[in-house]
Amino acid sequence: MTADRIIFLLTAGVILGSAIMVVVTRKLIHAALWLVAALFGVAILYGILQAGFLAVVQVVVYIGAIAILFIFAVMLTRKETLEKGTQTRPNWWLPGILGLIILIGLIILITGHIDFNRTAEQIPTNIDTLRLLGVALVSPDAFVLPFEIASVLLLAALVGAVFVASGKKE
Amino acid sequence: MSIPLSWYLILAAALFCIGLFGVLSRKNAIAILLGIELMLNAVNINLVAFWRYQDPVKMTGQVFAIIVFAVAAAEVAVGLALIISVYRRRKTVIADEIDLMKW
Repeated sequence: MTADRIIFLLTAGVILGSAIMVVVTRKLIHAALWLVAALFGVAILYGILQAGFLAVVQVVVYIGAIAILFIFAVMLTRKETLEKGTQTRPNWWLPGILGLIILIGLIILITGHIDFNRTAEQIPTNIDTLRLLGVALVSPDAFVLPFEIASVLLLAALVGAVFVASGKKE
Repeated sequence: MSIPLSWYLILAAALFCIGLFGVLSRKNAIAILLGIELMLNAVNINLVAFWRYQDPVKMTGQVFAIIVFAVAAAEVAVGLALIISVYRRRKTVIADEIDLMKW
C-alpha cells in the first residue's frame, strides 16, 4: 500500500460519503454544502491524476459558481413546509434497488473487461500537458470548433437564464 | 502513479449510481439538479482517468471534460432559472406539483 493509494482511498471515502449525504439529507441547504465537499474531493482526484488545470477549473467553476448558484436557489425558494416532512418520494426504495443493480452490473463489467491492476506510466518530463491542452483547445486541427460551440452555448444559457428568471414581463 | 485504473472506474460508477438514486428519489426539483451534478462529476472522473492512463499526449479526454464543465454550467443556470420562475408563479419547487402540461 503506497502513499498515493492511501490518499486515493481517503479521497474516495470523502467523495462517496458526501455524495450519500447529498442525496439523503433532509435540509436542502445542507445537501448543497455536502455537494461542495464532494466536488472538492473530485478536484483532489484531478490533482492525483496530474490534470492540474482541471483541478483549478473544478474549484473555480463548480464550487465557485455552480454550488453557490445552488445555495442561492435554495435560499430563494425556501419554504417552511419543505424543511419539515419527508424529502423523498414515497417509493424511494425502487430507485435505490435500481441504483444498486446498475452499480453491481457496472462493477462486473469493469472487472471483467479492464486489466484490474493496470497502472499509468509516468508522463515524460519534457511534455507540458497544460501547454498541449491550450494548443488543442484553439488549434484548427484539433478542438477549436467544439470550443467555440461551448462558448456560444454558454452565451445562449446566460441570455436564456436572465430572460426566464427575470420577473419583469407579464 | 500506482493506482489501478479500475479503482477510478469503480469510484465513478458508485458516484454515478448515488447521483441516479438522488435524481429518482428526491421530491424537490433543486435536489434533482444536485443529483445530476453528481452524475456529471462521475463522468468527468472517467474521462480524466482514461486520458491519464491511455495517452497523456493526446488531450481528447481533458478537452471533453472541459466541454462537460461548460454544459454543466449552462444546464445549472437554465435549470435553476426555470425553477425560480416556476416558484414565483406556483409557489412550489416539488416536481410532482409542477404539472401544468399534464393532461
